Amino acid sequence: MYQIIKQIIKTGIRTEATPLPDEAMRCTEQRLQQQILDVFGGALAIRFVDAGSCNGCEQEIHAVNNAYYNLEGQGIKFVASPRHADMLLVTGPVSRHMIVALRRTYDATPDPKLVVAIGDCAFDGGLFGESYASCGRVSNVIPVDVVVKGCPPTPTQIMQGILTALTGAHEVQA
Amino acid sequence: MPITHPGLQLTKLPGALPVWQATIAPDDLRPVCQNVADGGGRLLALWGSDQRATQFGFALHVVLLNEAGMVCLHLPLSAEQPVYPDISSIFPVANRMQRAAYDLLGIYASEARDHRKWLRHASWHSGSFPLRKDFADTPPFSLEALEAKSGKSAKAKRAKLMTKQMDVATDTPTEQPQAASQAELDDYPFVQVEGQGVHEIPVGPVHAGIIEPGHFRFSIVGEKVLRLEQRFGYTHKGIEKRFENMSLERGAKLAGRVSGDSTVAYAWGYAMAAESIADVTPPDYALWLRGLFLERERIANHLGDLGYLGNDVAFSFGFAQFWILKEQVLRNNAALFGHRYLMDKIIPGGVTVGLAESGKQTLLEECSLLEGEARRLRSIYEEHAAVQDRFIGAGCVAPTLASRLGLCGLAGRASSQSWDMRAQFPCPPYDKLDVQMATHHNGDVAARVIVRFDELFESLRLQREIITNLVGGDLLLQFPAHLPPDGFGIGVVEGWRGEVMVAIHTDAKGNLARVHPHDPSWQNWPVLEHAIMGNVVPDFPLINKSFNLSYSGQDL
Repeated sequence: MYQIIKQIIKTGIRTEATPLPDEAMRCTEQRLQQQILDVFGGALAIRFVDAGSCNGCEQEIHAVNNAYYNLEGQGIKFVASPRHADMLLVTGPVSRHMIVALRRTYDATPDPKLVVAIGDCAFDGGLFGESYASCGRVSNVIPVDVVVKGCPPTPTQIMQGILTALTGAHEVQA
Repeated sequence: MPITHPGLQLTKLPGALPVWQATIAPDDLRPVCQNVADGGGRLLALWGSDQRATQFGFALHVVLLNEAGMVCLHLPLSAEQPVYPDISSIFPVANRMQRAAYDLLGIYASEARDHRKWLRHASWHSGSFPLRKDFADTPPFSLEALEAKSGKSAKAKRAKLMTKQMDVATDTPTEQPQAASQAELDDYPFVQVEGQGVHEIPVGPVHAGIIEPGHFRFSIVGEKVLRLEQRFGYTHKGIEKRFENMSLERGAKLAGRVSGDSTVAYAWGYAMAAESIADVTPPDYALWLRGLFLERERIANHLGDLGYLGNDVAFSFGFAQFWILKEQVLRNNAALFGHRYLMDKIIPGGVTVGLAESGKQTLLEECSLLEGEARRLRSIYEEHAAVQDRFIGAGCVAPTLASRLGLCGLAGRASSQSWDMRAQFPCPPYDKLDVQMATHHNGDVAARVIVRFDELFESLRLQREIITNLVGGDLLLQFPAHLPPDGFGIGVVEGWRGEVMVAIHTDAKGNLARVHPHDPSWQNWPVLEHAIMGNVVPDFPLINKSFNLSYSGQDL
């Protein structure tokens, strides 16, 4: 126990400043009313869905939970069921084999809900494109609010995407 | 020469790897495989290709591995009856690969016991085969078409049926549209376990954590797992079809995205295969940098896994600490090489980025930091009774079982399977590094943790050694835009998870005719089904994490 406490004290607090939202990531008009977003406040529950990704974006989504980015410190956490979620975080080109699972997850998420698509493949199909096995971009299958490009996007960009979806557009324009 | 068999003419493929190839008759396949298996050898990969444009119909390709090297056997199959003798009774690991070869190409293993589909769900029909050159690609995805086909029409059908039933109470066969459309999606016949008190837990494809999609079907009594059956293919996104006719350069990018956590291993495997076909050797400097990248990938992944293994036994301190270390490795990657995971840094002919003198200093400092911290954390893990109580004895794979099922890579080494390409068939720069293989004989989660720690320290030593010996030079040699025609080459790299193989076939013009990436997860997923038997359900996440296998790498 002594060693653990010593290590924790020695490590100190590594968490860095939270990035600001980036309106350029928004791909559709803000769908949710400001009041609803205010209700979400800082306490957001995210259900993650890999819809066919290569596992690169997943690495960076894991990283947003590390001590440097500490997404949970913002009151935003990943939950195990879409029934508990306010937001879906979706990666991948959507493989045709995942259409049903992705749509069921979307339907199981209670309204009002947000969708953030992560990565170049989620944006436009990436290198995998559209084919007999891939439906390409996430918005081909479910509505998407914010897209975070990158292969894979950095944890900072992923956080920006999540925060952009959570922040009302007019707030930034004003 | 790794194999001798009457009439078998082996030709060495160019390159540093000890790989030979031979064309073989169907009748010789099983005896040769049996010969290799009896000598303690393994099956590395199995795939098929459509050769109808050239000499014969289809071809089956099998790579066998023993202590003397690797042999790629090419088995010509007729266009009308592409059938080959089953080898899954010799190498159980061939089972899923043979089924995938049928799903994608329509080549059939006669007398195999299991002919269920593997990668195919419902996105293409059982009679059509995507990797055949005459496969007509389906029209682009459209949600409207999907809804018209399933959802809405099913609804309409159901409504119609209901009115019908209300109108005339006849004995019309009760149609169940919901179930029917469901069956159309994926009617996979799982093995049923029957008996008093046995029930099933279906898990996935969408999992509870930040994990790739796949389906697990547990048959349990109480908390004890009697049987686990996996169902994969959810992330099948047509990678192999995508490779066809791609430029060599773009192919390198795609290879680096077969499994994102092993991008260096795949990119190197792809480059190695292309370089073997072109018969060129990249500059020394590039080869040493490739070694550095591969070890950094191993370090990052092992640190991440060690953190998650702590997390999975409710020791979140471990996650917090190890992920700080992993983040530092990733940040150094971004600062020195321009990408946190080193994607697209290895291309055929060399590498795209060098290492400046100041960078060497940064990496040496990183080595010292990681060595100190990981040593402290290791002693904390080892002395923590609750952590060890969960690790020891969980998910045990005995060495005999591991050997029979062909368990490989990191998980194999934790069950006494001493295979490590870097130590056994050292390609430059490993020929000058004397890699010490880490092994353990217990085969449980604790053993896989120990092997990870040992490999982490060995990789840090290798990184230090590489940096000290790194002499500048050319990063890249002039690589032809097209490979020689009708070429074949393979690259095999010891990724952090195990042996990653990439095979390239070129056509008459030197374009990519067929690229087959092979992930060690093909070997190790079936063993996980055995590792969980007799354990309790709540230990599954821990045991699964201790293997940490790729879905995307095997779904392709």
